[in-house]
Amino acid sequence: MDDLEQAYNELIMEHGMNSYNKKKLDHADFCELGHNPNCGDEISLELKLNGNIIEDMAFTGHGCAISQASTSIMIDTLKGKTLEEAKEIIKTFIEMIKRETKTEEELEKLEDAIAFKNVSNMPARVKCALLAWHTLEDMINKGEESGKIKSDCCH
Amino acid sequence: MDIKQDFPILNNRKITYLDSGATTQKPKQVLDAIKKYYENYNANPHRGAYFLSIEATEEYENTRTKIAKFINARNREEIIFSKNATESLNLIAYSYGMDNLKSGDEVVLSIMEHHSNLVPWQKVTKATGSTLRYMYMNDEFEISDEEIESKITDKTKVVGITHVSNVLGTINNIEKIIKIAHKKGAIVIVDCSQSIPHMRIDVQKMDADFIVFSGHKMLSPLGIGILYGKKEILNKMNPFLMGGDMIEYVYEQDTTFAPLPNKFEAGTQNVEGVIGLGAAIDYIESIGYDKIQEIEEELIDYARQELSKLDYLTLYMTPNRENHNGVISFNIKGVHPHDVASILDSEGVCVRSGNHCAQPLMRFLGIDSTCRASFYIYNTKEDVDNLVKGLNKAYNMFEKYIVK
Repeated sequence: MDDLEQAYNELIMEHGMNSYNKKKLDHADFCELGHNPNCGDEISLELKLNGNIIEDMAFTGHGCAISQASTSIMIDTLKGKTLEEAKEIIKTFIEMIKRETKTEEELEKLEDAIAFKNVSNMPARVKCALLAWHTLEDMINKGEESGKIKSDCCH
Repeated sequence: MDIKQDFPILNNRKITYLDSGATTQKPKQVLDAIKKYYENYNANPHRGAYFLSIEATEEYENTRTKIAKFINARNREEIIFSKNATESLNLIAYSYGMDNLKSGDEVVLSIMEHHSNLVPWQKVTKATGSTLRYMYMNDEFEISDEEIESKITDKTKVVGITHVSNVLGTINNIEKIIKIAHKKGAIVIVDCSQSIPHMRIDVQKMDADFIVFSGHKMLSPLGIGILYGKKEILNKMNPFLMGGDMIEYVYEQDTTFAPLPNKFEAGTQNVEGVIGLGAAIDYIESIGYDKIQEIEEELIDYARQELSKLDYLTLYMTPNRENHNGVISFNIKGVHPHDVASILDSEGVCVRSGNHCAQPLMRFLGIDSTCRASFYIYNTKEDVDNLVKGLNKAYNMFEKYIVK
């Protein structure tokens, strides 16, 4: 299979074209907008926490199949994880897409999100794959700076 | 006539290049002229007393004369070199707009303007307390006579209009717009970036007060643009950028400025770009606009016909063939244009996808982006066939996932 077929594999197509994570949450704790001005992709990401555990996430907005699928699969991957684990997975995902090589072992913790590995060979689409991950990273950073999110607490 | 043979990149790379609306490829005649310049005449024009600098000055200034003839300007000083159409438009906005607009005045643009002829006017109207208004288009992607007549009023002082839309390919009725604007006492700026590669521009016949275009969309190198302005208006305007070569006397506290055209050309200019643009004009003239239009009409007719057969496509183009030129925007229903462009890329087909620097137009159309195929003289029917083949591939990949 070539890069294109890998990038548009079945998992990505299903998440990218019609995702069950594309909805509004009833009681979100945090919401963050992410956009790529050059392509017009725009997502609104919602997060619900239970202590320091990601209880639920959802998104709305529009964009290409790669950005929509990346958002949806990120949600599946990170749901139930602690914020510390999530931050580590976000870092690994960004490094994978930017081709800052990671061992297979490290990439395993990405679970389904490893499906985006071949996007690293499509420079024009890197931004699409990273949109949701950067948006969540921003949300967590802002939350921590304002003291509303405490990643290391265990209450 | 095998035009493709003149374009090295189209022979060196196995691509179907359909993005000439963004930038054209360059013929070897242009590349050779730049090489010849650096190998034989390179020096800083207007500065040296030595023979080489005088030769460089001649090459530079002769090209100004050539461009004046090319667009039939009355005076060669009416041709100002800039970086690109964007810089030319900013020059007009700052040097004309800032000094001539006041509260109660209106600037009228079309909703299909490129950001370059829109964002500067937001800045200027806000700074001067004047108002920005838009001419909207009808269901046929055209600006109607009624719309023109209702928006250009006694309050209008500046009208900015793209000759050909970079998204829709609509040829705007600039004759009508200029006539009405002048009757109301407004000046008119025509953005010819998307028209001058394809059709002859005669500034005296058109009677626009300013026209702008970029060289790189008409076979010349990147980084060279043109501003044409009527001499009587340019003479009254203040300089835009300050610096070397645009001055007469410089004192500690005050400066007097050089006459046209130098007044608007601060600093060392892009001489290689000017030489390249001169060679591009020679190339265009050697083919001739009649032949260019003949080639493109056949090509666009074929593209319109073949793309219209694909019922999974939405096409954003006027049904009136005589009002359409150069570019075709489209979407596969239910599929994002970036995905389509990536799949076309895998087939070697280069198209643009995105908002094409026209976000207000996209919002007006109720979409966020389109794919755009744009054509030039080196394109062939085979290129259109490759586009159709790529589109079929994209549709087949997405068909079962499209939410209908």
